[in-house]
Amino acid sequence: MIDRETVKNVAKLARLAMSEEEIDVFGSQLSVILENIAILREADVSGVSPTSHASRLTNVMREDIVQSSYPPEVLLANAPAQEENCLKVRAVLDGGES
Amino acid sequence: MAELYELTISEAGDLLRAGKISSVELTRAHIERIRAVEDKVKAFTLVTDELALRQAQEADLRFKRGDTVSPLTGIPIAIKDVICTKGITTTCGSYMLKDFKPPYDATVMERLNGAGMVMVGKTNMDEFAMGSSTEHSAFFPTHNPWDLERAPGGSSGGSAAAVAAGMAMGAFGSDTGGSIRQPGSLCNIVGLKPTYGRVSRYGLVAFASSLDQIGPFARNARDAALLLQAIAGADTHDATCSPKAVADYSAALNGSIKGLRIGVPEEYWVEGMQAGVVKAVRDDIERLRELGAEVSEVSLPHTKYGVAAYYIIAPAEASANLARYDGVKYGYSYRDTDDMWEALEKTRQIGFGQEVKRRIMLGTYALSSGYYDAYYKQAEKVRSLITQDFERAFERFDVLVSPTTPSVAFKLGEISDPYQMYLQDVFTLPANLAGICGVSIPGGFSDGLPVGLQLLGNAFAEDAILRVADAFERVTDYHTRWPEGLV
Repeated sequence: MIDRETVKNVAKLARLAMSEEEIDVFGSQLSVILENIAILREADVSGVSPTSHASRLTNVMREDIVQSSYPPEVLLANAPAQEENCLKVRAVLDGGES
Repeated sequence: MAELYELTISEAGDLLRAGKISSVELTRAHIERIRAVEDKVKAFTLVTDELALRQAQEADLRFKRGDTVSPLTGIPIAIKDVICTKGITTTCGSYMLKDFKPPYDATVMERLNGAGMVMVGKTNMDEFAMGSSTEHSAFFPTHNPWDLERAPGGSSGGSAAAVAAGMAMGAFGSDTGGSIRQPGSLCNIVGLKPTYGRVSRYGLVAFASSLDQIGPFARNARDAALLLQAIAGADTHDATCSPKAVADYSAALNGSIKGLRIGVPEEYWVEGMQAGVVKAVRDDIERLRELGAEVSEVSLPHTKYGVAAYYIIAPAEASANLARYDGVKYGYSYRDTDDMWEALEKTRQIGFGQEVKRRIMLGTYALSSGYYDAYYKQAEKVRSLITQDFERAFERFDVLVSPTTPSVAFKLGEISDPYQMYLQDVFTLPANLAGICGVSIPGGFSDGLPVGLQLLGNAFAEDAILRVADAFERVTDYHTRWPEGLV
């Protein structure tokens, strides 16, 4: 049901690198799961609106008050690479400095 | 007197407040118990014994000075490693976060610390709370104290095992599809999933945000009431957390369920269920009838779609939530390249385990162009139907009862097919989809292994399910039994 090309495409969307073996394994496992999930289509949902969350609240508002936040060094403490209190990333565009 | 680690929270609280024991003594007893059995059970990703003793000394000072104390002051508690603890490693059972130290405390941690709780450690779990056995922990599986060859359930298996083995008096876990109730059931303790929005999710590492709730593990309903009381209520940090007033859960435990309307969902008895589970739960339901409850059958006709809807919605939300693990802000980071995309994709390939990747793939697929309507949209509509089933049922009934799981604890390694593992949640996940509350309580034994009785309540009816649980415990002794052979 899920072929290798689909697995590769979904992995790309999910930004997951995948070995050849993983592509095969996930392909067959996801196929089994989706076969079992196919029962969903049998449900008569005509006129039913979707539920996206179970909270019984709508439009929760609060006063827009400035509050103190954490100092940058606290928030950056777990960052794998940083420079001058900023997260350091690799070049996003070709030809940029890394 | 029994060993200190065998006391319930309310018993220990009485002794602490009367000055008959100290929190340091109580905490030492639990640390010694951890030293004695943790090698076999493997419930903890981190034992915080030094912190625990410091907190115990502070608690003792509070008692000595006559400061305000709470029912949890000086009580040793374990915390699932998915709940952020400031400056203390919060791994989520994942290689991705194995060294992650949160810069802040989850709201529940702030409340528990304010109450004077003693934290004995962080507990093992299926990676990012995805699983039903703790076998998906990136570090090691946890063993069920009732039979060390068996799984404690999951994803909060470490919390359940810690309480069942006497290594903590209570614990907190998270329940997205049954991750508190199912391990509670398999380990013979009480595990409660609150109504969606009853407890703040701030600082709970997100799995599926429309389903996740933090809740307590305890050895009886009275203790579960105390633990829930300490964490429930509105929080400005979580807009989905309800402003509704919190009930007095301990006051609800009046022992009387006479005239209470209890429904037995006919769809919660499925083919392939273990006979011992069916028998134990049928007997339990008779017990409730003898206590004066009005018991009758009820139909929740869309139950058969529950697993399918859940395994679209939860992975879809997970795939979005877990997009944050990019190797840039925190967590594991693949460094061996100058290419941004390669770094991102390899960070995620190496940082995530198989079950997490499986769910990210499933969720991404269900949300991708061309499949969104057929899977995700359809699942959201089915979610409405399942919610309506419960709404109709709660017009006629106060509480619904069922088995928590179709089977008793399975052996580690026994369930290798991912979809078969998903079926562990068949009776628990509808409550998450509908956002109602549920609790699993000790409901008997089948061949020496615990059977859980699930009580489901309407939204914000935690007091009702706890009242039934407590009334049931007054006429049964299942919850007082300890695993034999764990010395």
